[in-house]
Order: sequence, then structure tokens, then C-alpha cells
Amino acid sequence: MIAFLVQRLFQAVLVMLAVALIAFALFNYVGDPINSMVGQDTSVTERERLRQDLGLNDSFVVQFARFVGRAARGEFGLSYQQARPVGQIILEKVPATIELSFLAATLALVIGVPMGIYTGLHRRSWLSELLLAFSLIGVSLPTFLIGILLILVFSVGLGWLPSFGRGSVVQFGWWSSGLLTFEGWRAIIMPAVTLSLFQMTLIMRLVRAEMIEVLRTDYIKFARARGLTNRAVNFGHALKNTLVPVITIAGLQLGSIIAFAIITETVFQWPGMGLMFIQAVTFVDIPVMAAYLVLVGFFFVVINLVVDLLYHVVDPRLRVDRDRIGVG
Amino acid sequence: MWSTRGSGSTATGSALAEPRSAQAAARSASKLRRIFDGDLWWSFRCSPVTVAAALVALGIIVGALLAPWIAPHDPFNPASLSLLDASNPPAWLHGGSWTFPLGTDNQGRDILSAILYGSRLSLLVGFSAVLLALLLGVALGLLAGWRGGMTDAIIMRIADVELSFPAILIALLIDGVARGVLPRDAQSEIASSVLIAAIALSFWVQYARAVRASTLVERNKEYVQAARVIGVRPVTIVLGHLLPNVLGPVLVIATVNLALAILTEATLSFLGVGLPPTQPSLGTLIRNGNDYLFSGDWWISLFPGLVLAALILSVNLLGDWLRDAFNPKLR
Repeated sequence: MIAFLVQRLFQAVLVMLAVALIAFALFNYVGDPINSMVGQDTSVTERERLRQDLGLNDSFVVQFARFVGRAARGEFGLSYQQARPVGQIILEKVPATIELSFLAATLALVIGVPMGIYTGLHRRSWLSELLLAFSLIGVSLPTFLIGILLILVFSVGLGWLPSFGRGSVVQFGWWSSGLLTFEGWRAIIMPAVTLSLFQMTLIMRLVRAEMIEVLRTDYIKFARARGLTNRAVNFGHALKNTLVPVITIAGLQLGSIIAFAIITETVFQWPGMGLMFIQAVTFVDIPVMAAYLVLVGFFFVVINLVVDLLYHVVDPRLRVDRDRIGVG
Repeated sequence: MWSTRGSGSTATGSALAEPRSAQAAARSASKLRRIFDGDLWWSFRCSPVTVAAALVALGIIVGALLAPWIAPHDPFNPASLSLLDASNPPAWLHGGSWTFPLGTDNQGRDILSAILYGSRLSLLVGFSAVLLALLLGVALGLLAGWRGGMTDAIIMRIADVELSFPAILIALLIDGVARGVLPRDAQSEIASSVLIAAIALSFWVQYARAVRASTLVERNKEYVQAARVIGVRPVTIVLGHLLPNVLGPVLVIATVNLALAILTEATLSFLGVGLPPTQPSLGTLIRNGNDYLFSGDWWISLFPGLVLAALILSVNLLGDWLRDAFNPKLR
């Protein structure tokens, strides 16, 4: 267990260093930082002095170490586009993305798992067929198209829901929440549904496949032979054993929800990190791009790590195998 | 997908067979019969959904290929555009005309023609990206599996890092960096190449892992050892003996990936970092139309969107079928 943990941690650090290296390379080799800071009439000696003061003449290793140190404290310099500290900009955007992602993940789980259980248990019913057809569409319709269709129906056609923004938000220190006002909830419905649809169908298909697999096994037959009720067999025995892969995938999907939020946030002009990143890419705002990269990289590494550990905790077979290897 | 290719070779096969000797004709006929008698054709025919998907995909591909000849208008010729025709609704709605069957956009471009040309670009970028990813992945996978040691470790660690992020994020990043590095005036010209490279660089990992895994198995088999013993050059062993034996699973991944590549292209174009409005793919068309959603011109983005969804759905279904058809466990 300890060896596994250390190995995983080592890998996580390696990934983070690779991400930091890419972000650092972005900073230093895309464009000239001096040119983007000074005016045209700055003399060569002046530029050289600035270069020396900013430490741009130091060796690669020293500069990279300094970059990592600053990044760890959340300092990424000034945004080229807005001329404000990047850390401050990101701090404003984080709550919007986190609220959206968590609501979408919750929706995907709360609706996806029951749909998967139902279609797994009643394979031939018409509702299952309908849900499966729906899941196929959910997998194939591009996220942005779902968003556009929702806007077309509920904003343009029916005029029920706002098509952009977060509605009104309430401030708690640096955190701004849209989940405490009616307007905020109205604004978050469509983006959250759009973002969750793909994950929902994925979870549903996964749970269905696992249920079908488990229901075939011998211990389910024995449970039935022992005369247990359907409920006990389906939920006590079958469902419990399908949850291991579901936890893994659902955890990893939380990461891709944050990535796919870029698309959803663009469609609904949701003021989160994804929209910020796309605007940074369009304006080649390197500090913002680099900061987003490091932050999202960190999210992913943490999620992957937690899922790995969780997997280990949930599945006793893994533990036993590892321990036996450790002893023998 | 297979079957369409099969029926395509029927036509050319019989046309070419006539001048050749009767023996050759008989041989190609028996080859054909084998295709139509085979498992693959049978499983294809027995699944109406797959047949329908193949027809839809074929329709869109043929339409895209023949765009310059069948499109009613040339959407890229500014001289043929007239602002008087701007924002016409589709033909069956009030105010529409059959000159523009699916209506026009805000600059008077015919939507149907734009879709035909747009799916051409979408398919081109999708196919090229998958091909490039396949070449890159197979080459690196073979290298990693064959050389082992340090080479293997470096390639696979890069793969691990890439695999911990979603492909779309990596494609976005590569695209964004390219924008920063390349000169601005050249960007719209090479946008499609940048896009292809970005998608390929985010997709190669799957191929590399699959090829490396089968190379590790194959390299210890007797035919490889025999080839080594009789002094065949390593390059010849890898390309001539190993490659054909590790290619099977890769081709299946490629079909499943095609839909994903088309989707990634459309998404990047929709986000405004893909193909520019001067050479619009389906994603760019949807982006353009998105701005006019609120003025009631829903057809500008809806029709390209429907074509995109139909294309991705049908390619997905074909990929699923192909994967199942090649999976002996499910037979």
C-alpha cells in the first residue's frame, strides 16, 4: 500500500513538473516578454537593464525553479489583455466553473445511475430501448450543439430561461455563489444540463453494462436460489458490485467535465475559467494560458490520485493481492 | 464502412475485368463472392441500423466529394453573393425560395452549398488527423516496443502525461501555442494544417499504446527470432514482419476515432480557434449562425448542426459495428 502510494505520488509530481515545464516554455519562448512590456522608444541599454532586473538572463534551471516557486504561490504575472494579476482574475472565475461542474456531475450521477440500473434490469422493455436511443444521441450530439438547441427552444422560442451569464450572485469573501438566488438557479439550469448530458449517458451505459455482466454471475444465481427478494438481489448484491468501475469512471469524468466546461461556458457566456481560457487563446494572452494550464493540470493530477486511492480502498481484491506480494 | 468500400470495388472490379482474361475475371468474381458470403457482410446486412448509418455516411461523404459540381451556388465567390439575398429562410417557410433550399446566412451565402463545402473540410481534417495520429502512434509504438529500455520509458511517460488530460484540452493548447508562435498573416492559410497537427498530436497515444503492447508480444515469437537468426536487418523485421501483425487493433481504433476527430475539429472551430470564416467547416458555420440565433435566423446554425450530428452518429454506429464484428468474443 505504501509503495503504491509513493509510486503514485511520484508519478503525480512528474506530471505536474511536465505541465509546469510546458507552461514555463510558453512564457519564455512565445514572444518576447520585454517587447510586450516596454514602448517602442525604449533604448537598447534600457531593455538590457530591464532584462537583467527581471532575471531573464539567468540560466534555464534558475528561471524554471523561480517559475515553479512563484506558481506554487499562485503568482503568474500580469495578464497581457487586462493588465491585472492573473491570480486575481482566476480567483474571480473559479467559483463559477466549480459550481457549474459540480452541479453537472451531480446531475449526471443522480440521473445516470438509476437509468443505468433500470436499463440493466429490464433489458427488453420499451423504456429501456428509448433510454438507449437517447444515450446514443447524447454521445453523438456535440456539446455545443446541445447548448444551441436548448437556447433555441427555452430562450428564443419559449423565453423561459436566460441564455447567458450567471444571473445574480451573492458574495462570500472571494467566493461568489449563484446558487442562493432564483435568478442564479434559472441561469445555471441549461449550462448544467448541457454539460452533464454526455457524462450522464456515459454513466448510464457503464452501469447498464456492468449490471448485465454481474447479473450473469453465479453468486446472483445462488442468491436467487436462496429465495432472496428481487430487491435484495438487485440492489444488495448486484448494484454493490457494479459500483467499483462506476466510481473510477465517474471520478475521472469529473476531470473531463472541467475540460468540457470550456465549450459549455463559451456557448452560454458563463463567466468561468473555460471562457477565460478561450479568450486567452484568442488573444494569445500567455500568462493566463499558462496559469490555466497549471491549475487544470493540478486538478487532474489530484483527481487521478484520489481515484486511484479510492479504487484501492473500494476493491478488496486489489488490497489482498498487493499485501500478498508485499509479504511473499 | 467496409461494405461501402466493398461495393465500390464491385463497380470498378467488373469494369476493369472485361479487357482482362476470363481467368482473372473469374478470380475477382470469386473474391467478391467471398466478401459477400463472409461473416462481415452477413453481420452488416442483419443490422438495419448499421445499413442506415452506412447510407447516411455515404450520402454525406459523396455530397462532400462532389460539392464543386452539385452545390447550387459557390459560397466562396464574393462576386456571386448579394446582400439582397441575406437571411432568407428555408424554401418551405414564408419568404423562402427554392433558389436557396435551406435559406441563406447574413451575407447571402446559400446554406446548402456552404454545408456541402463545409463537410468537405470537416471530413478532410478528420481523416487527415486520424491518419497522421495513426502514423505517429504506430511509429512511436513500434519504436518503444522494439527498442525497449530508455526509448520505451521516454515515449511511454510522455504518453502517460498526455493521457491524464482530455484530448480536446491538448488539441486546444497546441492550437493556442501555434497561434502564439506563427506569424499572424499566415495563420488563416495554414489553419487546417495546424488543426490537423493539433488533433493528431492529441490522439496518437492510443495507437502507440496498442501497438507497443502487441509489439512486446510479437517480438518474442518464433518468426521474429527466425528472421533475426538468418540476419534480416532490424528495419526490415520491424516494417516487414512486425508491422502487419500489430496493425489489426489499430485499424479498429482508427474507425472509432474518426467520429471523435470530426467532433474535435467542429468543437475547435466552434470555439473560434479552428478553421477561419473564410474557409468554414461545419463547426465554423455553426459558430457563424450562433450570432444570429436571437434575431430568429435559426436555420443558419441548425442545418449545419444537424448534418454534423448525423455524420458523427453514423460514423459512431459504423465504428461500433466494426469493433463488434472484429471481436471474436461476441461472435
